[in-house]
Amino acid sequence: MARRVTQRRKIGMTVLAWAVGLLIFFPILWTFLTSFKSELTAISIPPQFLFFDWTTENYATIYEQSNYFHYMMNSIYLSLGSTALGLLFAIPAAWAMAFSPTPRTKDILLWMLSTKMLPAVGVLIPIYLLFVNFGLLDSRLGLIVVLFLINLPIIVWMLYTYFKEIPGEILEAGRMDGATLRQEITQILAPMAVPGIASTVLLNIILAWNEAFWTLNLTTSNAAPLTAFIASFSSPQGNFYAKLSAASMLAIAPILILGWFSQKQLVRGLTFGAVK
Amino acid sequence: MGAIRLEKVRKAFGEAVIIPELDLDIKDGEFVVFVGPSGCGKSTLLRLIAGLEDVTSGDITIDGTNATELPPAKRRLAMVFQSYALYPHMSVRKNIAFPLKMAGMDKAEIDKRVSNAAKILNLDNYIDRRPGQLSGGQRQRVAIGRAIVREPAAFLFDEPLSNLDAALRVGMRLEISELHQRLKTTMIYVTHDQVEAMTMADKIVVLHAGHIEQVGSPLELYSRPRNTFVAGFIGSPKMNLLTGAEAKKHDAATIGVRPEHIALSTSEGMWKGTVKVSEHLGSDTFLHVETALHPEPLTVRADGEFPVHYGDTVYLTPQADKIHRFDDKGLAIR
Repeated sequence: MARRVTQRRKIGMTVLAWAVGLLIFFPILWTFLTSFKSELTAISIPPQFLFFDWTTENYATIYEQSNYFHYMMNSIYLSLGSTALGLLFAIPAAWAMAFSPTPRTKDILLWMLSTKMLPAVGVLIPIYLLFVNFGLLDSRLGLIVVLFLINLPIIVWMLYTYFKEIPGEILEAGRMDGATLRQEITQILAPMAVPGIASTVLLNIILAWNEAFWTLNLTTSNAAPLTAFIASFSSPQGNFYAKLSAASMLAIAPILILGWFSQKQLVRGLTFGAVK
Repeated sequence: MGAIRLEKVRKAFGEAVIIPELDLDIKDGEFVVFVGPSGCGKSTLLRLIAGLEDVTSGDITIDGTNATELPPAKRRLAMVFQSYALYPHMSVRKNIAFPLKMAGMDKAEIDKRVSNAAKILNLDNYIDRRPGQLSGGQRQRVAIGRAIVREPAAFLFDEPLSNLDAALRVGMRLEISELHQRLKTTMIYVTHDQVEAMTMADKIVVLHAGHIEQVGSPLELYSRPRNTFVAGFIGSPKMNLLTGAEAKKHDAATIGVRPEHIALSTSEGMWKGTVKVSEHLGSDTFLHVETALHPEPLTVRADGEFPVHYGDTVYLTPQADKIHRFDDKGLAIR
């Protein structure tokens, strides 16, 4: 009897999980489908699901009308640049907090995270003025710095939790063995934390890639990434849903592929069997 | 040469004093065991010597030079950790070679020393494996290998056997003793297990709440404990400690008799008692005997074949010359 109940429950949970998954995935699926429709089919009522005349004309038009690769290269620069800069600061910070904690460490971590609760628009004017004064508007460098700063708390926090799981005795062994501080971090800590660092890097790239507020507000064309590319299809000539969808697909495709292939990397645990 | 001297060493974490001022002399080549219950400061003391913790005050001299301010790697000490602390991303070979690489030794010499250590420790067949692919005992050997290649002034062991199962522990105990005989290098070994202390040490340092209770050879501690703490801590099963009227008869506040120094008879003797639990080990039987002398039952060692059952009446007679006497402060009266 008990067994049948669990079986039913299992089926129920499976159905529920699929339903939730589909619900989350549906907008992407719909964007994908719309991107292959003509503008007319895209807004037809009732909506057409699969049986319409598939066309790639939206992609062709977009490719002709705009410089997709320019935007993509900017997105790549911004996400990789801000991530690299972030790691440079976050690894030592997380190392210090994980292995030499003080009574205030938890507070500092929380305080860092609390900056993420600040509405970005609240500091838009000061940052904008700074950008104007330093001549950073529409420059990649300026955006890299901003994206690095807004994501830094998350990188530090993530690395901190990964580093926490590394037994301190291993680092002490390194110290006994004569490793300098730099060697301790580069030759012992970092290689052990590779899975953790990899998933942090990945998350940060995704966050930077998708970041729209600052990229839209601080760029016009020169440093504009894919978020600006999508936005450029939404306003001027009214809404062209099919083209907008095609542009969105082009913008999310690289990150979607990256996420797909690195899934396993992300899930891989930290346990190697060093201790016990 | 690895003589180590601690002078007025004190360690406090803020308000909490872990080790009040303490002096200790360790001679070159000695096998010294720090033993005590958990929280007695033995690991902290080892970490102070290693340089992983800074002393609050006092001096540590290693091999004639003041090492108090030296970083761990400059003290010429090698440490084997409780968790082995191997580098999981490196092969056995690289683990063992790591301290030599850090010291900037040339490759030919590193290879020579690593293969030599691997031979001594029977690691030849596992040299290219990762720590994750080794058993507990093998990992322990790698950790020791990483220590010996450095040819340190002294080895520090921090409860190295406590993660191993009982059978392996006995084996590794012998291997470490054997290694000490062969290398003749100073070894400082921390354990809470008094059996490890008794079997391995040249000199035992019994610690309790940061204080040194007694320093001496295993047999000295066994036959002449300085106070009731050492008397109760060293020896297995524990010494029976009696207070009250029976102690008064001997002009002491407390008297102690080891289980193996009490004669047992079913017909006559000094103290009458009732047998409670008996533990048969084959060679010996340990009886827990309830008497009128003391609220706790006394432990008595009997012959393995001694015929006795729960509830039987027995008579106990302590050997007169093996009774330890302690005053009201717990110190031995000699």
